[in-house]
Amino acid sequence: MMKRMLILVAAVALVAAACGDSTDETTTTAAAGATTAAPGTTAPPATEPPPAGPQALADACEAGQTDGDLNLYNWTEYLPYGAAAEDGEVDDLKEAFEAEYGVNLVITEYESNEAMLAQIDAGVPYDLVVPSDYMVTVMKNAGLLLKLNKAAIPNMANIDPAFSNPPYDAGNEFSAPYQWGTTGIGFSYDVIDDSEGVSWGVIFDPAMNADYAGQISLLDDERETMGAALKYLGYSLNTTDEAEVNEAAELIAATKANLAAFISAGFEDLLVQGETVVAQGWNGDFLGAYDAASTDDYDAYEDFGYAIPVEGGAAWVDTMAIPATAEHPCTALAFINFMLDAENGATLTNYTYYASPNMASQEFIWEEILEDPSIYPPAEMLQDGSLEFFSDLGDFTNMYSDAYARAKS
Amino acid sequence: MTILDEREGNRETAVNPKLERRARRRDAWRGFFHAAPAYLYLTLFFTLPLIIVFVFSFASRGRTGRPLLEGWNIDSWTRLFEPLVRTIALRSFWLAVLNTALCLLVGYPFAYWIATRRKQATRNILLVAVLIPFWSNFLVRTYAWRMLLDSDGYITQFGEMTGLWGRLLFTVPAVFLGLLYGYLPFMVLPLYAAIERLDWSLVEAGRDLYASGAAAFRRITLPLSRPGIVAGSILVFIPSLGAYVTPDILGGAKTTLLGNYIVTQFGAARNWPFGSSISGAILIVMLAVTVFYFRSGGRTL
Amino acid sequence: MTLNQGAAARPWVDRILAINGWLVFAFLYLPILVVIVFSFSASPNVGIWGGFSLRWYDRMFGNEQLMNALRNSLWVAAWSTVISTVLGTAAALAIDRYRRWLGRGVFDAVLYLPVIIPDVTMAVMLLMWFTQVNITLGRLSIILAHIAFNISFVAIVVRARLANMDPAMEEAAADLYASRWQAFRRITLPLIMPGVLGGGLLALTLSLDDVVITSLVQGPGSATLPVYVFGLIKRSVTPEINAVSTLMLAASIFLVLASLAFQRRGERSG
Repeated sequence: MMKRMLILVAAVALVAAACGDSTDETTTTAAAGATTAAPGTTAPPATEPPPAGPQALADACEAGQTDGDLNLYNWTEYLPYGAAAEDGEVDDLKEAFEAEYGVNLVITEYESNEAMLAQIDAGVPYDLVVPSDYMVTVMKNAGLLLKLNKAAIPNMANIDPAFSNPPYDAGNEFSAPYQWGTTGIGFSYDVIDDSEGVSWGVIFDPAMNADYAGQISLLDDERETMGAALKYLGYSLNTTDEAEVNEAAELIAATKANLAAFISAGFEDLLVQGETVVAQGWNGDFLGAYDAASTDDYDAYEDFGYAIPVEGGAAWVDTMAIPATAEHPCTALAFINFMLDAENGATLTNYTYYASPNMASQEFIWEEILEDPSIYPPAEMLQDGSLEFFSDLGDFTNMYSDAYARAKS
Repeated sequence: MTILDEREGNRETAVNPKLERRARRRDAWRGFFHAAPAYLYLTLFFTLPLIIVFVFSFASRGRTGRPLLEGWNIDSWTRLFEPLVRTIALRSFWLAVLNTALCLLVGYPFAYWIATRRKQATRNILLVAVLIPFWSNFLVRTYAWRMLLDSDGYITQFGEMTGLWGRLLFTVPAVFLGLLYGYLPFMVLPLYAAIERLDWSLVEAGRDLYASGAAAFRRITLPLSRPGIVAGSILVFIPSLGAYVTPDILGGAKTTLLGNYIVTQFGAARNWPFGSSISGAILIVMLAVTVFYFRSGGRTL
Repeated sequence: MTLNQGAAARPWVDRILAINGWLVFAFLYLPILVVIVFSFSASPNVGIWGGFSLRWYDRMFGNEQLMNALRNSLWVAAWSTVISTVLGTAAALAIDRYRRWLGRGVFDAVLYLPVIIPDVTMAVMLLMWFTQVNITLGRLSIILAHIAFNISFVAIVVRARLANMDPAMEEAAADLYASRWQAFRRITLPLIMPGVLGGGLLALTLSLDDVVITSLVQGPGSATLPVYVFGLIKRSVTPEINAVSTLMLAASIFLVLASLAFQRRGERSG
């Protein structure tokens, strides 16, 4: 009985495979009616034109015009609303948007760029998504995003010139910056003295961390974790040189014994609680945790710090983009304009503790955030290479994945 | 009427062979009719999607990771033989085997104890009590363990005081603790079912023949409860093979297991065809294990 | 089949078994107690007791996102449990009671596949399938997905129960000229009811706890509770989650006790 079943399944699978394109999974924009398939893997990235319908609609939008409720697909806790906004003592931006434009805001949340990509690729009709820099490149090259109708976003003028022509999306054609931040090291002053800068060696060099071995954490993210190792070894974190990538993987494998954990969610909590004393992580998460741990009598900033390592760290930008299958592009554009408003941009930063790419917001951002070099590093760092942006590796993504998997196996 | 048909012994009492045949055909139709809705549903929402996954495993990878239905190849399948995949698969395999053994070791005495309570009501209550913790959210439970096992947790403090262990969090024992916690009911329930059904008069007979308690257990109870052991082991082994959330949360994500490897392919690695082939391979292996179970005389789980 | 003197182990063995039993129960309930206890803690740091407070329960009811997720969870769980229990029971009956019908072997095998397939594979294949056949992603797609894997679990549980059943009862009914439907309703159904209930409970649990499949086939605004908790737990762990878990635990216990009592009453009067 079972054997018959196995043979049956095998036969059907072979037949289905032989029949080739009886299923048309190449349609990446199923709902909107796709034009061409995604470009072949060897061709240079050509920007796919999204289908005519929604793009034309978007281009016809005027500033402030809305066409229905907004389906926002955002990272968890990346927009202040509800009780969380109250806790953070900032305005409820969801209510503000709904009041100003008279539409509803439906929020669905995700935890990784790829989970969002899977849904958008499958044609789920969200109106606005918040992809990270490298993901914008991937999505626009696959024709998954609409070009922004700048006429409907007058507040684009508020953006800091440093972000007006980013490498991942020339001229901000498809995306508008949302927040940006850095990846570095959070630490306890008990074990680290940062007067002369902190090195990645506090994580990777056994000679340096003998005292607190087992109390170190790295992010659990192939680009970020491999990036830290690459930076320590003196390479670019976008390198496609296999030897360099393998060297980084071996370093991570060797470091594993000294680690408490690879962790991307809650690393700041572990640090504040004392489980770890040195942790790789994102500045906003650390600083938000330090602030939450501080009370009237206790200033967590005296015990904990954040630094961008001397060998260099990573910088990243999260952006707002409109999927090609959006059903309410006008409202989406209105939302982008809303978020780029000076005050709203400031509210966002005051909530997330990440830096705002919005220059006009600076007068509304809290002093302590504006003056914190961990949140707003000196501008030179973006230029002199101490902070590198991630770029999409295209076909080399697999190399990194496997190297990372090898490091952890 | 038709159940009587099934018994071979009743063949002689068949009055009219033609009636018999018609009854049998009607019976077959009834069987099909009962199963039809489920059959249709599973075909539509399981078998067909599954076939698509198999098809994808032969496709080539697009920029976003989605399969392109051109450039058919078996690359995804040949990659399965790479040393990396082998290491990961072996590690998951050993994790599953050890977890199954641990669950058996802890679960058998426990199931035996419950099954040998005299009153049915007591047994029922105890069983429900075993299940209740699992109606809370899995993640919340696992994070509670994380809290219990960290440096400030009572368990660690107890360990340090008695000198038995240090911080348990992010160590291998923590992972097994978490896995044991998650899969114990899957072992206990079938074991309980098997032990409860036991014909204790056989054990009594053994005693009458001067067998010691231990011998009686070893030679009568244990072999008779074998179906339960096998069923429980399969119910624990199969999901353990794909487990990765507990090792990540409690073990610090320091090892790559089959589960996270597959997730990565559909995620950060953007290689859906490869993810499909790994899943397909696992399915085939699992299917083989289940077939083996049935061939070796196993009953329905 | 009954426990007689033969089952009694020597007293010291029995005592050890009992101690072991209680230890295991302590092990099983430790994290649950932690969850429940800290849902009443005033401190936002889970793990640090801050005095008794109901603020998290209060906040929970005011959290629109969470309440929406809860509603979605319950809606999805209710529909998927009912439908998969019906379909799964019918499937179990079909396989166990009727030995020869078209495609039985294949069906038997297909029924086991959802149990052994990795979660993420099922999630991905359903996502791709739903977009192919243009099913809007939302609560409907989640329900359809849950039914897909729950049918098998229900069928397995009911089959286990059926295997234990003595067909003599149904024969007796047939002998007494009961129609098929009568025999089913008055004899088979009550006899397999523990299995059906058990399968239904399992389906309910699986549906309420599912994260991977649900997060991939969900649509705008249709997040379920575990998906919401999954996202939240990665950001900020506050006792609000503990409060939600405690309430859901209380609800499930209540459900089970109610169904047990209901069954007991049915047996007594029936």
